[in-house]
Amino acid sequence: MTTIAAPTPDRRVSLLGGLQNTFTLTWRSVLKIRTNMEDLLGLSLQPITFLLLFTYVLGGAIVHGSTHTYLQYELPGLLVMTVVFATLGTGLMLNQDITSGVFDRFRSLPIARWAPLAGAVLGDMVRYLISVAVTIAFGMILGFRVTTNPAAAVLGVLLLLAFALAMCWVSALIGMLVKTAQGVQAFGFIAFFPLVFGSNLLAPTATMPGWLQAFVKVNPMTVLTDAERGLFTGGSVAVPAVRSLLWALGIFVVFAPLAVRVYRRKT
Amino acid sequence: MRYDLTTGNAIEATGLVKRFGKTTALGGVDLVARQGRVLGVLGPNGAGKTTAVRILATLLRPDDGQASVCGYDVVRDAHQVRQLIGLTGQYASMDEGLSGTNNLIMIGRLLGIGRAQARARAAELLARFDLTDAAGRPVKTYSGGMRRRLDLAASLVGQPRVLYLDEPTTGLDPRSRTDVWGMIRELVADGVTVLLTTQYLDEADQLAHDIVVIDHGRVVATGTPDELKARIGGRVLQVSPADPAQMVEVSALLGTLTMAEVTTDDETGVATAPVTDGTLVPGIFREFDDRGIELAEFTLRKASLDEVFFALTGHGADDEENGSRELQESKL
Repeated sequence: MTTIAAPTPDRRVSLLGGLQNTFTLTWRSVLKIRTNMEDLLGLSLQPITFLLLFTYVLGGAIVHGSTHTYLQYELPGLLVMTVVFATLGTGLMLNQDITSGVFDRFRSLPIARWAPLAGAVLGDMVRYLISVAVTIAFGMILGFRVTTNPAAAVLGVLLLLAFALAMCWVSALIGMLVKTAQGVQAFGFIAFFPLVFGSNLLAPTATMPGWLQAFVKVNPMTVLTDAERGLFTGGSVAVPAVRSLLWALGIFVVFAPLAVRVYRRKT
Repeated sequence: MRYDLTTGNAIEATGLVKRFGKTTALGGVDLVARQGRVLGVLGPNGAGKTTAVRILATLLRPDDGQASVCGYDVVRDAHQVRQLIGLTGQYASMDEGLSGTNNLIMIGRLLGIGRAQARARAAELLARFDLTDAAGRPVKTYSGGMRRRLDLAASLVGQPRVLYLDEPTTGLDPRSRTDVWGMIRELVADGVTVLLTTQYLDEADQLAHDIVVIDHGRVVATGTPDELKARIGGRVLQVSPADPAQMVEVSALLGTLTMAEVTTDDETGVATAPVTDGTLVPGIFREFDDRGIELAEFTLRKASLDEVFFALTGHGADDEENGSRELQESKL
């Protein structure tokens, strides 16, 4: 049996210590993705289903017979959709951790208070990356081509991840405010559906009624979709990309502190 | 150091109050756990045990009153307190999706232990709790007993000075229960202070040096197990008529003679009453004889904590417990 060490306890966690805690918890999240086949399967099948459905159901109608033209048009939008819906997983996992008592274990340990949240969010970046990769790869099998250049496409992926990093705090907030996993799903979809579909992600804005166009034009999903189209298939990039980043920053600045506050108040 | 390792109190709480909306979970609770001893916290579910422990473990802030662990305030110095405590049971659980090994490595790493050392410590604890064979399997495949042991292992990764054990043997078979008791005694021998909540009074009787009985958010009794037993006379007279039809008569007579409240168990046909004055016992025996009531059993014995609990709270320890245990089990 080991003897009991009796050092004088530290007063607080250093920033470095907090980052170390965060990386440990990121490792945990990534490990969970690797061991949870259902999650991996869901992450991959969802974008594949979306791609098949939207391309072949809507494609012909929207671009009059040419599914390939539509695929080129919709894929950047589908990337946005996939990533935004994937952020719901962050809220779900946080909710699960809270209801199962895993978060209480973390809170009873001498670690940085923000580390469990930051670890969960960072770990989820891997999930987002997987869904983005599957979307692009399967899109390419269907005939999608990057018509700009690889560097621009990489920038496009990075922009998506930056945006997801902001959106997942919205999801985290929902995950902590709502009692059950079903609740997280329901509220998440109520919040995200109008945002995702009330945009130019699947169809051009021109045919929409004026009031809807007004919403679609300010919707951050539209801005991000414009930037992604610019980066993957050509068009203006600078303005929508900067506006996307500003949106991401705005969402982060509002929702991350809110989520941290709710998390702390749970003590 | 803020406190004396040999004589100090490891846990001190005074006037703890906690309300959830309109319900008062704790209505001013005082408790003390002596360094290197086991404090048993007894009480039915909903009594406030969990709330009290959650406050002492820095998971909840009290609305009023204060508490300290090894001299550190649980609110102001929460970070220091967290470096001293270990937590098990319903207060904190394991990650179902990770293996036993990875759960323990994660906790070790979070406590600032190096990678290789954390792995070694995990292996050592898994071996000690007889979990080596299941080490690589996800926790969701573990049985109830394995979970309890892993839970206990997890709380020991950081070599805590104060350990909170929440019903550590609930749902365990008798052998595993004895094993867990042995492990707790080992820890105490090493100087760890243990706060133990339990529904099993014999467990408190076996392990606890001191006992706090909580009911409806208030402390209804404190003392050593022997002191508590002594409070209701310390002894109990157990009488059973040879003819079950005479049960009513026997229990009425027993009540008159002992001047105490009689509990009867219709299944076993036994009437029990606390006895404060042992010299009355021969007279009671003669009285039954004089009335020609033939007895199958007439026993004077030390009171069990069950009887103490009943006398203190007016209800048994597990009256309100069944519903919640079902819930717990359905969660597993």
